[in-house]
Amino acid sequence: MSSPFVVLPIIFQLFLAVLLMFCWTQKNLQKLISVVGSLVAVIISVVLFAAVWKEGIYTTQAGNWVAPFGITFVADTFSTLMVLLTTLAGLAVSVFSVGSVRNARIKFGYFPIYHFLLMGLNGAFLAGDIFNLYVWFEIIIISSFVLITIGGEKAQLEGAVKYVTMNLLASVVFLTAIAILYGLTGSLNMADLSLKVAEIENRGLVNVTAILFLVGFGIKSAVFPLYFWLPASYHTPPPAISAIFGGLLTKVGVYALIRVFTLIFIPDEFMINLISGMAAITILSGGIGALIQNNLRKIFSYLIICHIGFMIAGLGIYTETALIGSVFYLTHDIIVKTTLFMVAGLIFKIKGTYSLRLLGGFYKEYPKLSLLMSISLFSLVGIPPLSGFWAKLFLIEGGLSVGNYWLVGFILLGSFLTLFIIAKVWAGVFWKDSIHIPVKMQVKYFHELKPLKRQAMVGSIIFLSVLSLSIGFGAEYVIQVASKVAESLMNPQDYIHAVLGQTN
Amino acid sequence: MLLAVLSGFFVALGLPLIIKVFKGPNTLWVSLFPLSLFIYFISKLPAIKDGETLSSSWAWVPSLGIGLDFYLDGLSLLFTLLITGIGTLVFVYTSSYLKGHIYLDRFYAYLSLFMASMLGLVLADNIITLFIFWELTSISSFFLIGFNNDNEASRKSALTALSITGLGGFFLLTGMVTLGYVAQEYQISALATLSEEIQANALYPLILVMVFVAAFTKSAQFPFHFWLPGAMKAPTPVSTYLHSATMVKAGIYLLARFTPILGNHEWWNGPLIIVGSITMVYAAIHAIFRLDLKAILAYSTISALGILVFLIGLGTDEALLAAGVFILVHALYKATLFLVTGIIDHETGTRDVSKLSGLNKVMLPVGIAAILAAISNAGIPASFGFIGKDLIYEATLHLGNMGYVLTGLAVITNVCLLFAGFLAGIKPFIGPLPPAFSKLHLPPATMWVPPLILASLGMVFGLFPMVVDTALIKPIVSSMTLGTPTFELKIWHGFNIVLLLSLLTIGSGIALYFILKPSEVLFAKATRFEKLSPESAVNQFAKGFVSFSSKWTNFFQNGYLRYYLITILSFLSLLLGYRLFYGVEIYVDTSTLSDITLYEAVIVLIMAAAIFFTVFSKSRLTAVASMGVVGYCFCLIFLFYSAPDLAMTQFSIDTLTVILFVLVLYNLPKYLTLSDTRDRIRDGLLSLIFGALISILTLEVMNETVTKDITSYYAENAYILGKGKNVVNVILVDFRGFDTMVEITVLAIAALGVFSLLKLRLKSIEKE
Repeated sequence: MSSPFVVLPIIFQLFLAVLLMFCWTQKNLQKLISVVGSLVAVIISVVLFAAVWKEGIYTTQAGNWVAPFGITFVADTFSTLMVLLTTLAGLAVSVFSVGSVRNARIKFGYFPIYHFLLMGLNGAFLAGDIFNLYVWFEIIIISSFVLITIGGEKAQLEGAVKYVTMNLLASVVFLTAIAILYGLTGSLNMADLSLKVAEIENRGLVNVTAILFLVGFGIKSAVFPLYFWLPASYHTPPPAISAIFGGLLTKVGVYALIRVFTLIFIPDEFMINLISGMAAITILSGGIGALIQNNLRKIFSYLIICHIGFMIAGLGIYTETALIGSVFYLTHDIIVKTTLFMVAGLIFKIKGTYSLRLLGGFYKEYPKLSLLMSISLFSLVGIPPLSGFWAKLFLIEGGLSVGNYWLVGFILLGSFLTLFIIAKVWAGVFWKDSIHIPVKMQVKYFHELKPLKRQAMVGSIIFLSVLSLSIGFGAEYVIQVASKVAESLMNPQDYIHAVLGQTN
Repeated sequence: MLLAVLSGFFVALGLPLIIKVFKGPNTLWVSLFPLSLFIYFISKLPAIKDGETLSSSWAWVPSLGIGLDFYLDGLSLLFTLLITGIGTLVFVYTSSYLKGHIYLDRFYAYLSLFMASMLGLVLADNIITLFIFWELTSISSFFLIGFNNDNEASRKSALTALSITGLGGFFLLTGMVTLGYVAQEYQISALATLSEEIQANALYPLILVMVFVAAFTKSAQFPFHFWLPGAMKAPTPVSTYLHSATMVKAGIYLLARFTPILGNHEWWNGPLIIVGSITMVYAAIHAIFRLDLKAILAYSTISALGILVFLIGLGTDEALLAAGVFILVHALYKATLFLVTGIIDHETGTRDVSKLSGLNKVMLPVGIAAILAAISNAGIPASFGFIGKDLIYEATLHLGNMGYVLTGLAVITNVCLLFAGFLAGIKPFIGPLPPAFSKLHLPPATMWVPPLILASLGMVFGLFPMVVDTALIKPIVSSMTLGTPTFELKIWHGFNIVLLLSLLTIGSGIALYFILKPSEVLFAKATRFEKLSPESAVNQFAKGFVSFSSKWTNFFQNGYLRYYLITILSFLSLLLGYRLFYGVEIYVDTSTLSDITLYEAVIVLIMAAAIFFTVFSKSRLTAVASMGVVGYCFCLIFLFYSAPDLAMTQFSIDTLTVILFVLVLYNLPKYLTLSDTRDRIRDGLLSLIFGALISILTLEVMNETVTKDITSYYAENAYILGKGKNVVNVILVDFRGFDTMVEITVLAIAALGVFSLLKLRLKSIEKE
């Protein structure tokens, strides 16, 4: 079905960003616009999701140039699910920002750029044109780079330089890939590419091109051995920023990998083995990396890598069951990782440090907050029936069904390492008695904040924790969505028809 | 039944709140909750006795076939009664034991959470649901073991216990998913009929390994046993409840439950017999050298669990009967001994068995309970333990030649266990009372009544076995064998070899008790071999793993951007090279390429020279200027191939870049040489390889014939539909106008970024 409604999640964020730029100096007005706007964005994405769920794929052609000649936007279940999750996490981080981002940053455009970032994310999920996808990646890189550097201190800038260099490298590889693919097919429309790539006789060349896409998106999604930018930068920016990064940035890469390798390049045996192998080592690297860290945010950063491995493993197994696992894990991970980085931020605001060795005493001093934080921590571990558990069922069954036992082994190893690490964090931050931590002058502590700000920080964590609880207990509904996504990924005819029309 | 299981979770959530409202020193009333559950389950006894089974189900995740399906048969009834019955007593006991503790509310909450999980585990009729509750017991036990959270040793043992049982949990998950995948069935009660197909499947060994590891970790079998003595850091009610009566028996329950499905196969029986017998002997010998009462009990529990695994491994009807009886026997006397130990610890402040004696004089009822438990443990005639022990010998003896060896092992184990039981149950209470303890007095009744009840039950069942025979034991056995059992529990079997063995055991045990006096010296001697124990092996492995982890992590994440880039590019080149040379027939069709003109050759030469200068120049200005030259050469190439507007764009961008560079050059520090020749050669080689690969790829792509319908569409329609004569412009602003708009946005964001980088300096007064 064709409807301009598809681009509304993008345009609305653009509108918000521009509106916010007009309120450059009025920080309170900016906060209000951002929160209310994010709420409206959630409503828009819910409506879009419901519409697509009920009526099938929505498309729109920019400038009304028929596909494959113009730029197509496609809203299928997968993309609307991602947009929905983005806006939900976006709303939470927006509220969290109200409480935690300092005024100087707001005066220098924090909120407009934040909404530009959300626009980029939504754009990437809705793009039906491979070059357009590249352009959204540019938006994401530049706005995330600016967000890291705003009010940058030295550590932050060092992280930012590494971040932007490697991500630009990823873009260059991606752009090269697009150029070569255009040379092979003469097309940029993803649905059209799906048909044209299948027709190419020189499979060798297609396979080489696929490698370029794999590495380009692989850098973005932080898989082994391409993940270096992530641990180098995620622990440096202010909490709100690292929350949205932790929740969403790598997931765009994963989304792109899953989309491209189910729609355009159907992996051959070598590719399957390569992706599975990368997934396995990614799980290992992330898990053992987190094992030896002391900084709370570094632990969570490495755990992101570990769990990216789970999602990629689903792609490496390449069955419908395994893809259900990947999509379910993606859903869970966006919500929970965002929460975890907010939790880390809140812990920092309270104690003034991220160091596991120094932290302690939460259990005694903040019993209610401890309970709240335990929800996201143990959801991440996947203690059944919390949200991280269900996806693993599908991944394991998928792995068994194709006889990929060692990958299943790595998934279990990753789960075990996560369990151990989170239990260690729990024992360290919550159980251990607190020791005296010197008060830092440059930190504005939680108890010094106005009640509204405190409520904003805690409230946003509650919001996402409730979401992750409902993912866990209402697993049935998420599974239904994930199954539909996986089914349409494995059978892309509907997607192609929706974009190109029945005639092709 | 659903409500019975779930109520624990609601209670766990609500308790802290309720306790806060009813702020009273006495929390005895909380015990009404497990008591009501106990009454509920015991009311089902008549139905189960008549051979019925009860079930209830509630679809939860129907698309996975997972539901909260519960199923009550003889086996689960035994466990539910243990869980709720001993649970009630533990709740009562706790109300005094932890009276006034600031976290008493949390403790009760964790305890209820645990009880509910355990009930769910033994009632689950769905293998995934079973796993879910299994994990919940691990987690709630983590919170209970670490209850004294300010104590480092306690935190550490909680972590160890969670790691071992959590590891087992993941094995169970895999095992259950595999089983479900093989059988296409998740319902436990339905799986038994598929037993043959499952055992014929190639994945059967995998399922077995997974289930075994899960059961062995949870039920503390060798070599995973060491978490259990560590877990004794928990408050005594926890040790009683989780680590002797219920949770550690979850592994046994799992094996018993899966006997009809996976059992009766040599791959099932063999490993269980071996691991069970190693565990029972190993732990029994360890138990007799300990001095800490709790450690003695921990090791004797491990040994008892070993006996159970061993019996299930034997798999004969007699052995299963013995297992069913022994579960009950053991739960009764071991829980008693733990509760008594808690009282001793609470009152005297020590658990060192060599320092304790004569306590009968100050706390007689406690002593009676302990001595009764020790008698049942010893298997002295007329106690329930006697019946249990008889059945064990009977089961081992009927196995032919192999049976004699196994019977021998069982005798050794039982002798040691008897000794350990006497040490824990009798030694502290008889003999002279040390003066330091003379002022002690009897603890409140809520503490000594529960152990006394349990110990007395052990005697009652022993004297009148018919009380439990048809009501409990028969249904248990029939749920493991799926047949109708034809035995009768008897107190007297006549004079036979079994009786002789029993008497031999009792005699040597008591003799041992008088010979071997526990002491520090002996303990030190016995622990000399600690270095060889599985625990230190695991610790060594963990240390090695951590050092491997930091080596691996620091090797890749070494902090240098240049190495990151090298790794990424090498990885990309490797893959590209492999796929290019092993999948593509490389040839260049020169006939389709246009001839090289003189201009082009000259431009390429200039470019090469400029790149050379850029790389090797010692001055930054030269490098920037040379880069500009490379850019201009590109413009010229665009120009030659009739793209003047691209050339113009490129030209202005390059000019701007050079100008900007020159402007900031002024502010930059001196040009430093940080790389040596080797680095440069390495980087140069990598660049050449990568460049060459991309060039080859481009050349190969040019060989392909491409349908140009999109390009020609643009050319044809630019003027007609787009109203513009310049095709490139029409593409940029119309056909693909959206891209251009977004790219403009990129520039806007970049501008904002530059602005804030230049202007925003966070003052130290403004806080983060």
